[in-house]
This record gives sequence, structure tokens and C-alpha cells, in this order.
Amino acid sequence: MASSRAARSPLIPGFGLTLGYTMVYLSLVVLIPLSATFIRSLDLGWGHFWAVVSAPRVVASLRLSFGAALLAAGVNAVFGLVIAWVLVRYTFPAKRLIDAMVDLPFALPTAVAGIALTALYTPNGWLGHLLLPLGIRVAFKPLGVVVALIFIGLPFVVRTLQPVLEELDKDVEQAAATLGASEWQTFTRVILPALWPALLTGFALAFARAVGEYGSVIFIAGNMPMKSEIAPLLIITKLEQYDYAGATAIAVVMLVLSFALMLGINALQSWAFRRNGGR
Amino acid sequence: MNAPVPGLAASYEVQTVLTVSGRDPRQGFRWGRLVLITVALAFLCAFLVLPLVVVFTQAFAKGLSAYVAAVSDPMAWASIKLTLLVAAIAVPMNVVFGVAAAWAITKFEFRGKSTLITLIDLPFAVSPVIAGLTYILVFGAHGWFGPYLQAHDIRVVFAVPGIVLATIFVTFPFVARELIPVMQALGKDDEETALSLGASGWQTFWLVTLPNIRWGLLYGVLLCNARAMGEFGAVSVVSGHIRGMTNTMPLHVEILYNEYNYAAAFAVASLLALLALLTLAGKSILEWRQPELRDGARLLREKNLQAKS
Repeated sequence: MASSRAARSPLIPGFGLTLGYTMVYLSLVVLIPLSATFIRSLDLGWGHFWAVVSAPRVVASLRLSFGAALLAAGVNAVFGLVIAWVLVRYTFPAKRLIDAMVDLPFALPTAVAGIALTALYTPNGWLGHLLLPLGIRVAFKPLGVVVALIFIGLPFVVRTLQPVLEELDKDVEQAAATLGASEWQTFTRVILPALWPALLTGFALAFARAVGEYGSVIFIAGNMPMKSEIAPLLIITKLEQYDYAGATAIAVVMLVLSFALMLGINALQSWAFRRNGGR
Repeated sequence: MNAPVPGLAASYEVQTVLTVSGRDPRQGFRWGRLVLITVALAFLCAFLVLPLVVVFTQAFAKGLSAYVAAVSDPMAWASIKLTLLVAAIAVPMNVVFGVAAAWAITKFEFRGKSTLITLIDLPFAVSPVIAGLTYILVFGAHGWFGPYLQAHDIRVVFAVPGIVLATIFVTFPFVARELIPVMQALGKDDEETALSLGASGWQTFWLVTLPNIRWGLLYGVLLCNARAMGEFGAVSVVSGHIRGMTNTMPLHVEILYNEYNYAAAFAVASLLALLALLTLAGKSILEWRQPELRDGARLLREKNLQAKS
């Protein structure tokens, strides 16, 4: 299908080799195993599939995974904006070091993050004992899931916003300020509208990552069925009980929702791209 | 809009005067800036710095000798060796794929290119646990190839090959998505010149393309390796948790932790935290050398969108 159009650059060799290898490797590693999940779930039949997926424990775990991910992405959108703003607009000591630290959740293995956050937020941990008098308990509660997902998602928001903030046209802000707009007015009427697409993208990326997260969550969550058990953990529990059909059914629900989310992110980005005049 | 704090209102008026007198208004009034910096630093401290500090404090909580004992334990050593082995297979596999994919995507025009870029990103949208599950469904005892593998006495799942496969899946996009924008920006003039001067395709790749993309490639390798060595969810599903055999470092941390052997768990975890710090340091050095690497993912998305429109 492609060879006729590839003739545009006749000099450079390797089209068949590289595209062929890419397609074979992509199929073997990603596409065939993923399609296995969908095909195996067909074995169940609709009735059985629905019975598995609508079981109260499964519904509760899906609600927790998606709800906590949504909440964490929301917290990250707010604080990620503040952090990106501070890193781009202000100067303060050790700024470069702090900027580099933002990527820590990308580099730190999730299991390490999980046990570290648990140690911090248990009632006798450094932060847990400060929160205890306020009646806030994080570790081994649903709130612990949110805390772990905030950790995982933070860099997505900051790193999506930073380049957009850097490229923001400062003349418009200066114009707004000289016309008598307050800082806050300039922010809400001039800066924020320009940031919306990037903020939404960062939010969606953080959400997508958080929904499937496992390693950092299971240590801090307490994993109480119906209360603080996330959907990926329930998949593992079902696998350990040799309930492959059940595990596959939950996986399919999560995959469909995640892919819908990914398509949403893509649509969002082409909308933002067009809005910015195809910059 | 009314400022909620009287001090802010006052400084706003001062600010207006300063603006008229020519001061850069986006420097903001001092209070607002101070509050925002404090909020940002407090948040980063609670969610990033303290977890890192706690790993090292807990690791040395029972003294240096306990730390050394935990790290030099034979089971810990076995997990370190397995982690290194898995990364040593998975990372080069994804490097070869990443270079091939970037070559095809950036040197040629073909239909379905933007779909291909989206498919390469697909593993990022899949929960690591589901990634592990898919390999159980294909290679497990009840999987598609299960009976065949059993008949030939080949173990994939609950053995090292399964761990390698799961790791390849979760680190699949890293090298490709760093290389595509780098090679796109470089264009194909250098390669066309070399080829027209009589260099072969392979010579052009090794002597022209590879030196041009080396920093971008290293950047991708760094991120890919960090994730490969630290992967937990996907590996946990396919490992089978056989001590000294199929336990990677993150899985060993989990076992120690669940046995309430916290000091030892954090000791092994501190090695992984050290790896993370080295990764961040390397990443910063590469970004300092090539600032455009940092925006690679964003440039890729925009390229993709341009291809679509």
C-alpha cells in the first residue's frame, strides 16, 4: 500500500526493512497479546461477562480506581499549574534542582514510591502524625490511594504546562496590566484561556496513568475489598484464584475505558492544535 | 476583582504605579509570588522530597551493618542480577525497534503514519497489570500457546522469558518516542548527501545518522532503562514470585516489606532510589546539552497532528 508513495525519497534505503520490522515487533509484543485479552473475553458470553463486571466488589474497585484517579488528576491540575508557573516565571534558590526533581515519579520505581509514601503517612509517620490530630488518616484508607496517584501523575501536568507557559506571549499580559487589569484579572482572562488545552491534556495524561497504576497504590491502600481495593489488584486476586475469565472481563472494561480516554486526549490535542492556528 | 487580603490590595496599587513607571508587571507583587513559591515548594516537599528522604532514613534505621547485610543477602543479589539481566535484554530490544520505527516514520511518507505513532504509544494507556495478564492469556498453561509450550517443556510465564516480555511491553514506546522528534528535526539531507557520495545504506546509518542522534538515543535509553529496572505491576503478574529465581529487585522489596522486614526492604529500595537519582542526573545533563530533548514528546504530538491535518 505504501511503496508507491515511498518513492518520494528514492535515495534513502531501508523502507521495507524498518517498517516491516516495526510492524512485526509491534504486532508480536503489543497488538497480538492485547487482542488475546479481547478474544478470550468473548469466550465468556455476554451474560457471564455482565455477571462478573456488575458484581458489587468489581464495581466498587472500578469506582475507586477511576474516582481516585480523577480526584488525584484534579489535585495535580491545580498544584501542577502552581508549580509550573513558579518554575517558569520566578527565580529562587535551587530552582534547577527542584525542576529536575519534578521528574522523580517517572524515574522512581513504583514499589519504592509505594513503601516510602506508606512510611510517611502511617499514623506514626512523619506526615501521618501531623495529620492524625486533624482527624485525617491517609495510609490504609481510600485517601491513601489518592495520595499515591497524586505522586504518580504530577510530572504529566507540570511537563505539559511548562513549555506552553514559556512560549506565552508576554506582550499581551503587559498590555492587560497597563490597561489597568489586576494580576488576578490578567491571569483569569488572559493567561488561563491560553493554558486550558495544555492543562486539560496534562490532566488527562495524569488520569490515564493513574487509572491503571498498581505498584505505588497497593502498599498504602490497605486493600480492603469494597473499600480500598483498586481494580488492577482485583485482576491479580482473580488470577491467583485461577479465575482467568473474571480477570479478563475486568481487564476488558478497563482497556475499553482507557482507550476511549486516549482517543479523547488525541481529539483534545487536535482541537488545541487547530485553536492555536496549527503552530 | 477585590483582593481578599488588605495587604495585597495595597501592594496592587504600588504595583500599578510601578507599572506606569516602567517596571515589568509580570514580576508580580511580592506577596503573591511568595505565597505561590511557598505552596509549590511545600507540595513538592510533601510528595517528592520527603518520600525520597524517608527511603534512605529507613534503609539505615538499623545501622550500616544491617544495611550491608540486607544488600549483600544472596536473595537480594539474585534479584539484582535478574533485574540487570532483564534490562540488558529488554532495553536493547526496544532500542533496535525504536531506531527502526523512527527511521521508517521520519525518512518516508506513507499512509497510516499517524495511526502507527498512536499504536506505538498504546502501552502507555494499558495498566501494567493488564500487560502481564495478556502474556498469561497467550503463553500461560491455559493460554493460546500453553499446550504447545508445555509439550516442548518451554517455560515463558512464571519464568525469566515472561518477565522480559512484560518489561519489553511496558517500556515499548520510550526509545521510539524520543527518537522520532529528534530525527524529524534533523531531516534527511545528511543521509541523502552521504548516499549520493556513494556510501551504502548501513554506512550512512552507522557513520551519519547514529552520531547525529546519539544524545536523543541516550535520552530514550535512560528513561527506558529506569522503567525497565523499576517495573513492578506487569512483572509481578508473570513472575510467579520464586525466590532467588524469578524475583526482580522491586519484587524482592515487596516480599521483604510484606514480611515486616522494613529495614531490609528499604535497603534494597534505596538502591533503586539511587538508580532513579542517577537517571534524573543523566537526564538533566542531556537536557543541558540538548534543550530540545525536553520537549520531545510535545513535538512528537504536534508532528502527529500536522500529519493528520
